[in-house]
Parts: sequence; C-alpha cells; structure tokens
Amino acid sequence: MNRFEVTSKRLLAPTVTLLEVTAPRIARKARAGQFIILRVDEQGERLPLTVADRNPEKGTITIVFQAVGFTTRQLAEMNVGDTIRDLLGPLGKPTEVKNYGRVICAAGGVGIAFMYPEIKAFAEAGNELTSVLAARGKDLLFFVDEIKALSKEFYIATDDGSLGHHGLVTDVLRKLLESGTRYDYCVAIGPLPMMRATTALTKEFNVPTLVSLDPIMVDGTGMCGGCRVTVGGETKFACVDGPEFDGHLVDFDELAKRKRTFFEEEQCLLDPQLEQLKQEKA
Amino acid sequence: MTEHTTTQKKPARAPRNPLPRREPDVRVRDFQEVALGFALDAALAEAKRCLRCKRPSCVPGCPVEINIPEFISAVADEKFEDAVRALKEKNALPAVCGRVCPQEAQCEAACVLGKKGEPVAIGALERFVADWEIGNLPLPEARVPDADAPKVAVIGSGPGGLTAAADLARYGYRVTLFESLHAPGGVLRYGIPEFRLPRDILDREVEYVRRLGVEIETNTLVGSTLTLDELMNGEGYQAAFIAAGAGLPYFLHIPGENLGGVYSANEFLTRINLMKAYKFPEYRTPIRVGKRVLVIGGGNVAMDSARSALRLGAESTLVYRRTRAELPARAEEVENALEEGVKLMELTIPLRMVGDERGHVTGLECQRSELGEPDESGRRRPVPVPDSEFIIPADTIVVAVSQAPNPLLARSEPRLQTNKWGKLIVNAETGETSIPGVFAGGDISNDAGTVIAAMGDAKRAARAMHAYLQGKPSRVVAVGNGK
Repeated sequence: MNRFEVTSKRLLAPTVTLLEVTAPRIARKARAGQFIILRVDEQGERLPLTVADRNPEKGTITIVFQAVGFTTRQLAEMNVGDTIRDLLGPLGKPTEVKNYGRVICAAGGVGIAFMYPEIKAFAEAGNELTSVLAARGKDLLFFVDEIKALSKEFYIATDDGSLGHHGLVTDVLRKLLESGTRYDYCVAIGPLPMMRATTALTKEFNVPTLVSLDPIMVDGTGMCGGCRVTVGGETKFACVDGPEFDGHLVDFDELAKRKRTFFEEEQCLLDPQLEQLKQEKA
Repeated sequence: MTEHTTTQKKPARAPRNPLPRREPDVRVRDFQEVALGFALDAALAEAKRCLRCKRPSCVPGCPVEINIPEFISAVADEKFEDAVRALKEKNALPAVCGRVCPQEAQCEAACVLGKKGEPVAIGALERFVADWEIGNLPLPEARVPDADAPKVAVIGSGPGGLTAAADLARYGYRVTLFESLHAPGGVLRYGIPEFRLPRDILDREVEYVRRLGVEIETNTLVGSTLTLDELMNGEGYQAAFIAAGAGLPYFLHIPGENLGGVYSANEFLTRINLMKAYKFPEYRTPIRVGKRVLVIGGGNVAMDSARSALRLGAESTLVYRRTRAELPARAEEVENALEEGVKLMELTIPLRMVGDERGHVTGLECQRSELGEPDESGRRRPVPVPDSEFIIPADTIVVAVSQAPNPLLARSEPRLQTNKWGKLIVNAETGETSIPGVFAGGDISNDAGTVIAAMGDAKRAARAMHAYLQGKPSRVVAVGNGK
C-alpha cells in the first residue's frame, strides 16, 4: 500500500511551509505544471497543490503551501515521519515547454514555489529568462538564490518596499515591456488578482502569457466539473484541460466569483470554537 | 413457454410481500436507509411464493446468472447459509444488488408469477439473504493468492471492477484493483447516496472482495500515476480489465451555467456521499444548497440529487422536458422521491441560468414544452411552446443530464479505440478492447448505465480473460474451481 510519509520539512517564510513527501510513482512522473491532490485525514477535504519539485531517485515530491486555510494549517503542523492519508497525482497537463526565446517569469507569493519547476524547465529548454518575484515583504520571499541562478535578469518587488521595487509586480513588468526589449513569452503564477493584472498588461504588449489556475476542485480527475473556467468563451475543466491556460483568454472575473462560493464555510472552519468542539469530541 | 412444477398445489398465490420503508416525513430528515428489508416471516412467506420452476425464466434475466430458484428455495427451507452460498457463487455484491438493481426490468420482469399477478420479490429476498449473512456470518479468512499465479490488473473499483476482481481472484489470479479516489467503490461510493446504500454495507462488500485475495490500491489514476502500458509491460500484469465508468459530467451549455451554486450531479453527489459534506464542519468539504434546489434531469442520478437536496433542508424540484411517464428513472425511485416531497416540473425546458452581482445563481429561465412525435429513443420529443418563457427562482441548480466516460485513460493509450461518444470499443461477447489482453466493461463501454449491467459485463469479461490467459502458450495458470 502507498504510504505518503513526510521526509523533510522546512519553513520557507513565516506562513509558507515546504514538505518533502514519499510518493515514488508521482516522483517518477510529475512534470512542470502538474499538481497533486491530498487529504490530510479521514474528515479532510481534497486539497490540490502544485508539485514544486521531485526527486525520482529518493522517490519524493516537494509541496509548498501557505497556511491560510484549515487544511493548509493542518499540513503545516505535520512533521517528519508523519504520513499524509491520501495523495493522488500527477494531475493536469504538463506545461508545454519549448524554446520561445526571451521569457518573463512573473511569480507572486506562494506562486514562487509553483514557478520554480517551470523556471527550471524553461531554462533547460534554452530560454533566456527574466524573473520577477513579488511578495508583501522580503520575509515572504524564498527560492531567491535558486531562481536568480537560472535567470539572465532578476527583479524583486515588495508591497512594503522592504526589498527591491516598492510596489507591484506589474510596475516592474511595465518597465521591462516598455524598455524596447522584445519578450516572446510570459509565465505568470500567483494570486488571481496578480495574474489578472499581469495578463492585462502583457496583452497590451502582445506577449503570449501562460497562467496557472487554482479553482475549486474536488476529485481533480475530470469527474466533478467544479473547476470549470471559461477560456476563450469555452468551458474548460482546469483539472484535466489545465491547470495552465492562455491567460489572455481566461475569464478571471467569473473565476474570482466561483472561487468565493464557499467563502463563509472556509471562514467557519477557521473559527477557534470549532477547534474546541473538535477537542471536546475527541 | 416456460414449464414449471409446483411443490405445493395451491391454485391462488399469496400476494407479494411489500418491502417496508421508513415513513417519508421521518426518512427525509436524515441520510439513513429508506427501505428496511424483509423481516424473517415476510422473507419466508415471499420465498414460498416462488414456483421453483424447472426451467426458470428469471435466471436468464439476471446479468450475473444467479441461480435464483436455488437461493429462494433455500430461504423457504430456512437454510440461510445455503442461500448465501448460492448467491455468492455468482455475485460478490449481493447486499448491493439487492438494494440498487432494477429487478422490475430484469429477473422479476421474467418471473412466471408476474404474467398473471405479481412476480416474486427477488430483489428484496436477495437483500434479505445478504443482510442475514452480514448479521450472522463472519467474513471469510483472507485468502493469499499463489505467488506464482499470473498478475491481473483491474482498473476502477466500482461494481464492474469489484465483480471482475472477485471472479478473477476465484480463478486463482493475483489481482490488483486500482482506484483513483481515496476510497474504493466507484459510483457506489461517490454516486449512490447512503439512504439507498448504507456505507457499512458497501464497506463490508468491498472487504469481502479483498478477502478473496484482491489487493486494492487507492489513489492511483491509471493513465497518469501509471499508464496501461507500464502495467502490462513494466509491472508484469498479463491482462487488464478496464471498468473506469462514466465519470465525465455533461452540462447543458446554456448561459449562466458557470455561476456559483450550479453543480454537476457528480459534484453535488460526490461532495455529499464521498466527502460527507452533509456532516460539515466535522467533515471539511462544504456544500450549501439554500432554500430552493432545482435538479435538471429525470434519471436515477437526478432522483438521488433531488432527494439528497431535501435531506439538506431545501425545497427540491425536478425540472424535466417531458412528463412523468417518460422519466428514465426507476419507477420505485420516482415514487420515493415524490412521496418525500420532491416536486416534479414536467414539460419544462431550461434556457439559461440567471445570477446576482456576486455571480451566484438566483434562478432558471425555462420554456414550456409539449410532447410531439416519438424520437429515436422511442420517447415523445419535447417541443418548445413559443412565448412561454418564465423564471423559476433557485439558490442551487444541479445538472443531472447524463455523463460520458472520462477520456483520461483513452488519451494516455492511443491504441485503445473509442467511438464518437468516447466509449471503448469492445468485442460484444468477450469485452476485449482493441488491445489484446485488455478487456473492458460497464459504463466505459456500454450504454446501460446500471450497476448490474456493469457487473454482467465484468463477469463475462473475467471468464474471457481466464480463457485468454489459459490459452496463452508457455504459461502455467493456477486455476481455482470457480467458487
């Protein structure tokens, strides 16, 4: 039987945790852009997470997450030797990696972790990379050296100005795009508003842009359709048709609204009284 | 046509014993089972109605070939262990079939008694025997297959996969059953609600299959985690049975279908059944239905969705293009739904879904229809009535208009031939696909859409796989006695 054991744990930033987990088959198979779905315990929801790295020799995959919801907080409490109850993957289509030429990689927040395998794959394919990492403050940045090493140009933007450009990722992108340098492709991974703003900008400059979406999802195998998004006027299932799409065709407005469907329930799970209730039951 | 002898010479038969059910106003408040099963005296009385035909017409009506007169006469003689043995010889999942099979269209439709009166309640008796076993007999000791036996893969752990796995294990093969979800059972787990099939019953049936020597690997998506090619060539499986079902939901492709609060029946039922969203927040997967739920469709999945919505505290209405007479769902399920308070809006065609500024659904715009000439399915075609548009208010809409095979596996293996609906093309007798040694059955290859049809396919395919593996030269096959 498969046993998904945590083999290492690292705090990348105050709320961002990295776990290496034993999953030999997924470690052999996963490509950049793909994700897994995990379930922490018997009562748990199915949570999709991008595969941030893999080690086929050790038979492990790396997942990175920000502890913002109930399940990610549970995950953040796991330690080396603990096991994740269920883990399925790799899911979704791998990124279509080829030599585009000059490629912008714009990542925001925990999206930096999901961008890392893309950067490796795009660099390996011979692209010349300009990476822009963005976060609220410098303590929320990670993988900086790793990504810098693979990039020809490298920029940082922070909301609070604690490192790099004081402002948004799109400020930096606009300067780059206006500089006269021709960029052939852009990959944008981060919070939905960041991807929406980035694609709006790259559309202005006619730079094809790939985004990675994380809609509501249950099974992750094309069965429920909860993850449907409108891309170019057509309904797609992010789990099997994506999760990466042409950002210029994605209906971000609809996606943002769909993602808020269970906002109240998600908040309810974070209610401290629930924790108390759980302990009383146990 | 069918000859029969009677063991008791009575001209008039006793009436059929009704299956007791919980009262609608009580059962609608929870997810516990609706039908209660026969008490002992009712089971005995019902079993004694059977004519014990010498050439029974009911048996050919059973896709898994249960010797129906044999198990029923064992019940009549109060030899329940014999009845269990007779059932399980052919059917590894009798407690499931006794609950969800459309017997009225199969064995019971062929029962001689039905010609002049009411057929024997074969389904209810099957359930009685299966439940008697669960209550009175321990699970068998776990069998360990011969380490030298050929390896066989079964893909998908729904009714077809479980049946094929059980039969193949009995033939003596080393069987691994692969399931993509975190729990085995397929549609029995994610689709059919607990009020029709309690999960302890399902768990017990799955455990029985496991004890026949079947290894179950959950969290494994064949086509991605492992490809069919890797199974057959890398991991040494010598034959495979694909029973991946019809997991891809159809939508109507009408405006507003991506509003919040609009679910496919698959999502709605998976949240409730597999993820136990009705126990939120104890279970962490949410569902919210609001006050008014509309379910579009008229099949069994639509009934399950509408009845689940009631149990979550909503008013629940079926929206259907034709009339009650044309509903494709089992009559029993329609009756259950309506007596529980599900409303049926007949002759209503959905046009578009409307929502509020937050992007949440608030209603369904529909058009009236009237029945015209019969279409290719033989049912009268719904014809829209001009200028009859109206809006039904809704907080949740569930789209239950059929589903197709998930294309993932076929996409990962180009040698697997499919038809234009994405169904695997198979040999009608053996179930063999376009790849030698790879067989398929159930909703991934047929159009029946029932648990028992999938199980019948699985049974035939398991037999064909056994012949295939025995026929293969230079291999010694360990063969069980088929029991």
